[in-house]
Formats: sequence, C-alpha cells, structure tokens
Amino acid sequence: MNQRAGMIDRLSSTQIVYLVALLTLVVGALLVSTIGRNFFSQGNISSILTGTSVLGFIAIGQTLVILAGSLDLSVPYVTSLASLIAAGVMANNPANVLPGVMLTLAAAAVIGLANGLIVARLNVHGFIATLGMGLIISGYLATNFKGSFGQAPLSFRLIGATGLGPVPISTIIMLACAALAMLLLHRTRLGHHLYAVGGDISVARTSGIRIDLPVITAHVICSLMAGMAGLLLASRLGVGSPTVGSQGGYDLLSIAAVVLGGTLLAGGKGTITGTLGGVLIFAMLDNIMSVMQINPFLKDVVRGVVIVVAVAVYARRRIVNRPERFSSKVSPQSPAAQAAQAAQAEGP
Amino acid sequence: MENRERTGASSIPGVRPHGSEAPPPLLEVRGLTKSFFGIPVLEDAHLTLQRGQVHGLVGENGAGKSTLMKVLAGVYQPDAGTVLLDGQAVNFSHPTKAHEAGLSSVFQEFNLLPDRTVAENIYLGREPRRGALVNKALMNRKTAELLQSLGITAIRPTAQVRSLTVAEQQVVEIAKAVSYDARIVSMDEPTAALAGAEVELLYQIVSRLRERGTAILYVSHRLRELFDLCDVITVLKDGRVVSTGPASELDDASLVRLMVGRPISAFFPDKLPPPDSDDDRGNAEIIGAGVPATPILELRGAGNGQLEGISFSIRPGEIVGLAGLQGSGRTELLHAIFGAAPFSRGAMKVEGREFLPRSPRDGVRARMALITEDRKAEGLSLNQSILDNALTVIRSVFPRRTRAARTGIPGVFSSLEVVARDLDQEVQYLSGGNQQKVVLAKWLAIRPRLVLLDEPTRGIDVGAKVAVYRLMRRLAAEGKAILMVSSELPEVIGMSDRILVMRDGRLAGELPAGTSEEAVLQLGTGARIAPEGGA
Repeated sequence: MNQRAGMIDRLSSTQIVYLVALLTLVVGALLVSTIGRNFFSQGNISSILTGTSVLGFIAIGQTLVILAGSLDLSVPYVTSLASLIAAGVMANNPANVLPGVMLTLAAAAVIGLANGLIVARLNVHGFIATLGMGLIISGYLATNFKGSFGQAPLSFRLIGATGLGPVPISTIIMLACAALAMLLLHRTRLGHHLYAVGGDISVARTSGIRIDLPVITAHVICSLMAGMAGLLLASRLGVGSPTVGSQGGYDLLSIAAVVLGGTLLAGGKGTITGTLGGVLIFAMLDNIMSVMQINPFLKDVVRGVVIVVAVAVYARRRIVNRPERFSSKVSPQSPAAQAAQAAQAEGP
Repeated sequence: MENRERTGASSIPGVRPHGSEAPPPLLEVRGLTKSFFGIPVLEDAHLTLQRGQVHGLVGENGAGKSTLMKVLAGVYQPDAGTVLLDGQAVNFSHPTKAHEAGLSSVFQEFNLLPDRTVAENIYLGREPRRGALVNKALMNRKTAELLQSLGITAIRPTAQVRSLTVAEQQVVEIAKAVSYDARIVSMDEPTAALAGAEVELLYQIVSRLRERGTAILYVSHRLRELFDLCDVITVLKDGRVVSTGPASELDDASLVRLMVGRPISAFFPDKLPPPDSDDDRGNAEIIGAGVPATPILELRGAGNGQLEGISFSIRPGEIVGLAGLQGSGRTELLHAIFGAAPFSRGAMKVEGREFLPRSPRDGVRARMALITEDRKAEGLSLNQSILDNALTVIRSVFPRRTRAARTGIPGVFSSLEVVARDLDQEVQYLSGGNQQKVVLAKWLAIRPRLVLLDEPTRGIDVGAKVAVYRLMRRLAAEGKAILMVSSELPEVIGMSDRILVMRDGRLAGELPAGTSEEAVLQLGTGARIAPEGGA
C-alpha cells in the first residue's frame, strides 16, 4: 500500500492522467468486447474523438483562465451565442461562411475582453464576473430566440462531418489550438507571466510584471475557444441553438476536465497536455457507457467519482513547504530510554 | 565567467582605475527618517557602503533594520533624508526602480513561485527571447552560469523550486537578486531558516560576491555570522544609528552592549499574592507552602521535524519566558505542546499524566490555550461579532458549557477593560489591543490550566500591554502555568520567573528571573556565554 503510494508520488500529475486514460481504455475495451462490440473499430474511435473536440476547445480556454487564477462560467452561453451568430450570418449562403466565422469569433473575443477587464481592473473574482456575464448572455438568448435559428451551408457543415481516416477534422483543429496554447504558455513571456500571476500575484508584481495583461489575455482566448466550440456545434447541427451550450453543461464539465488534468484550481500550476488527457478520459467514459447502454444518470455518477478521486490523489501529493530540520521519524528506542538519554545530554 | 570578468576591474574595495580625487562611496544614506502613524521608526539614520564591502546591520527587534532595508528596496518612501548612489541622489518609487539602479534585496519571506523552475523564477519578468519566443536554452544556460559564478553547482536550472531545500531556495533567491546586475545586495536575516551546515553555503556566496566587488548589506541577529562575514558593523537602536565602525574593533560583549541598554520600562506589574479562596484545586496553596507542586507541563526529550531534545517543566503559578531568534523554533514548540504540529518523539506529561496531544482539539481538551502570533489570521474571525469570537473555542470543544460561559462573558470583558460598543460589534472594527483582549477572553472561557502565549503584545498599545501583563499576573496567582514567547527582551525579562532560550530548534539554556538582555542575546545567538549565565 505504502509502496504504491510512493510510486504515485513520484509521477507527475500529467503522467497520472495518461495512466488513468490508458486504464480507462483497457477496461473500456474489455467491457465493450463482453457485449460483442469492437472498441477499436474505426467508427467507434471516430466517435470518441468527435466527443473530445467540443469539450476540448472549451477546456483549453478554461485551462488558461484557471492557470491565471480566474474561472470562466460564461463559456456555455458564449458557445450558444456563437452557434446562433454563425448560423444566422451564414444563412445557408456559402459566400457568407468566412464573414460568419470572423464575426462569431469577434463577438466571442469582445465578451472575453469584457470578462478580462472586469476581473483585472474591477478586481471582481472570475467566478462572479463570468457568472454575471453568463446570466446576461443567457437572458438575452432566452428573450430573443425561442428555438433554433439560421442555417449553415453545406460547405460549412462538412467541417463537422468529415475526417482524415478515423480522425475528424474538428479534432485536428482542436489539437492545433491546443498546440498554439502550449506554445503561448511555454515559449512566450506572456505564458510565463500567466503562470506567475496565477501562482503568486505579489511575486509577479514585485518582479515587474504587468499583472493585468495575462489575465485579460486568458479570458479573451477562453471566450474565443468557446466561440470555436459554438462554430463546431453549428456545423454539426446545421443550425444555431440558444441552448446548445448550457445543455452540454460545458462550464462545470470543462472545469472538471482541467482539474482532472492536474491543474490546480487555485492557478499557477498545470498543463494543456494534462487537460487534453482529462477531456479524453471523459470522452471515453461517455462512449463506453453509451455503447454499454448504461443508465445516463449513472454516467454522471461515474464522472463525479473520477473527478473527486483524481483531485484527492493530487492533494495528497502536495509536498510540505518547509523541509524538516530534524528527522521526524520515530526512533526504535522506547520513549523512556529516549527521555533518559535526553536528560543525560541536557545535564542538570 | 562573463560576470566575473566584467566586474573584475573594481574588485579591490574603494580603488578605482582612474580619477585623482576620492570617488564617492557606492551608497550613502543621509538623515533618513521614517515614521508610521506618527511613531518614528527610523530617525536621522546614516550609512556608507563601499564596493566589495560586507556591511553588517544589527539591532534589537524594532530597531529599524527592516525599515531601512525596505526604504533602500523601494518598498517604503522615506519621510526625510537622501539616498546617494555613486554620489547621485536617488529615490526609488517602486521595487523595480531599485532593481534597475542595481540595488537588490533578499527579504526574509521567500519571493519564489514553488511550482516553477529555478531559471523561470530567476528570470521572471525578464525572460530572454529569440524573436517572439522565450529562449529557454539560453535562460537555463545563463542560470547555470549565474549559479556557477556564485560557486553553486548542485542546483539544476530546470529543477522545480518546490523540490529544493530551504537553503537552496535561499540561494535561488540570492541568485535572483544578483541577476539584476546588482551592485548592492541587501539580505534580511538570510540564515534565519537555515541549519548549521547550510550556513556555510551562504558564507561561500557572500565571499564570492565580495570578490566581484558587490557590496552587501547584511542584516542578522547572529553575532558569529556578523564577525565572520562583515567588514563594517552598524548598530541601530530605537531607529537611530548608535555606532558604526570596523568589525575588528568590536567583540561580542561590546556589540551586545551597544544593541541593548534601553531602560526597562516600569510598567511590568508586581506579582500578586495567591487568592485566599482558590477555585483551582488548591494549587496556589501548595505553592504558598513552598512544597514543589506537580508540574502542569513536563517535557522529556521531546522533538519533531523542527525541534530536538526539548526537556523542561512548568509548575503551577509560574510564568516562563521563551526567548530566541526568529526561526529558532519558539512558535514550533508552542504548536507542538498544543498539538497543532505534534511531537513525534519524547514524552510529555500534563499534570503528571502522560499525554501527547495529536491535534489542537486534544490540546483544548487538556485545557491548554494557545494565543497565536498572528491574531488576525489565526486568532479571530474578523467579520464575526465579539461574542461569537469569544465563544468559538468553548462552543466547538465543550458545547454543553457554552451557556454558562456566555453569561460570564460580560464580566470577563469588563475585567479585561475591552472598549467596544457592544458584544455584537464585528471584531474587525476594534483596535489591535481590544482584538487581543477578545482572543484572550476566548481562551479564558475554557478555564485553561496552561496558557501558551505567542508574542502576546505585538502591535498593541501600551495600555493594552499593561492589561495583558496584569492578566498574566492574575492567572499565575490563580495557579495557572504560562509559557510566553516574546521577541521583546524587556518584556521577557520583566515578566518571567524563568527564561528558556532556544537556538536552532533546541533549548540553548535557562536563565533566572531578572537576568540581563546581554545574557539572553548571548545564549540565543550562540555568542560566548558569560560566566554567570546558564541554569
């Protein structure tokens, strides 16, 4: 028991995530084969990967925001709004695809900028700032759209429907976005400063960092990613929908994927790679359980268990801040013998 | 390598290759004055720092050392006085301004991101770039060179700071300070958290920096380090410079004499006679008869990760002072006794019975009270009412006694002379002194037998201090045992029946009541112990 714990302690959280993903894969393949289906069929792999892309986009953005020490609860509403703008502007005209995409992303960026400014300049915690923003958008959507709206042209719908072999185009775009986010985090000053601001804002400030910039950037990118998710959903559904984001529960699910990926909810520590692992685990769980035709309620129970167990494992791996001056191991001597020895050493 | 060559030309202190007249000193401080809330902390301070000089800055707590350092670092703005760098007047409005001028500071609390690498921490905010991207290879290489120039090879630039020892983290902190091309590095108690052997590492770095011509302002309480490292020592007392001169002209005794000698204030109340009717099981009577009573607390060879070989006892009615330097393990000892960071070795007895509390709840159950050092963070719920705060402990540990305690609260408050509108007032609106009284009331509610006080008068006014002292005397007269940590030497000496002195996690010795500040400092710093010192 102790040895196993020791082994887990030595692994990085990203390694743990991928070990769990591998475990899910093996167990899933076995379970699926018991009902006579092939987990590794091209169709099934494609279906799992499709499942990763929408949550993947949102979770990438959420990772940046959480690393910077904030949160974004407005993502599902931005996703819904994005699907409506895209389908509305395109209006089944192939010539409008590019303007539709640009306008959708611009709107998403503006919302992200507003979130970022509220968090960084007005010092409202991200939880509250984006909860408010989410409510505003959700209210706007509920009063102005009663059902699906607009129409995506065929050329745009193909993006969500085609793939290279078993790999959907949407997954490739999502992975490209992930690569860009990693480049930002690990190879630019802004990325380094984002980690610093989330890790300890006063250290960042005394090191001469402009602390607003990383926070605002993270929020803008997060909303852009939610916009990308909205575009993908519009492409898949062929129409815009005012509830597509909130039905997916992407606000809490994306936070769960980020935390499952080993990112500290408090910020300052975590990776995009880990988040992708978290997204993959959720996608595989979903796939396995729908193939096995398990009660959908149980799906949430499994998700809940996975997330809580994962964070419990990470929490016990936290290393004490202050190393010991003396070994705290209890020596084999009896307390009485120790006391006598101590008394001798101390003298009268 | 590059670094050493660049600074090689000025490596001889005070000598410059050109110029016939004497060059201005690297740093000169003139008439520096700083007050907080009308209380002067620094008055007319002056200081001169030459290239390649290690300048020791000593003084008791509150003498103004940290304030002086923070003014130089751009954290505080002085009320009056000038700081001259190379003969030019400078004024640092922000810490980054001081960095740019070549003046870096290493403060006591770490300014590092534990989850980032050594290189990422050192170059935070100034990451080297190639095009738009951070050049990690160059950053790691520069870090390795920087560490090497300080004589450190054991720290990898790519190591996570969290994985380093405290000493190594301190090295990273210093390396970060030096990396700003610092010509002056000031260090505030750099060895406070270090154990014996780790101090050597710091010595090595200081001598490397000195060779390179960097000037060092070295704040420390440890006399041995000051004499080992410093060329010049300046002594501060009550915000004023009382002496500055070559270290070779001073010795332990003369230095300690310069630091202390403040007249001990007359406000320590006299001991009270034990009350006639005693409600605390006759302990007071036993003392009165001169028979040694069962100690309330007894430790034998107790230790844990921060403490080693602690043995002492406290009898009913005794006030025992616990002195020692910052980081010597005083707070850790209180926390271990109370169960907040329990002992892992040795034996502890409470009123003669073996008892090792494993949690604060165990400690409270054994009727111990711990008045913590940081009352805002650990002592009070600032946005709750006075009454709720006063009942916190008894409610959670002895819920059935809450009602009785509640009726007694007004009496407790009036005896402590708490000034408040009413008991529903939120604690955050009270003065520091009244807040501390609320903390005390909260603990008195459990009728403690052992009261552990950690810096009980920090940041409170004189009136409240006297109230705390009177309360301590009253509790002692009632037969309670008191263990008090304090960095104010007059307070420790004025209030304690005996003084235990800690050093590096161990008890360095015991001193009798009315001992001198010199004796306490000598024991605490490890300086030569005067013949009359010791138990």
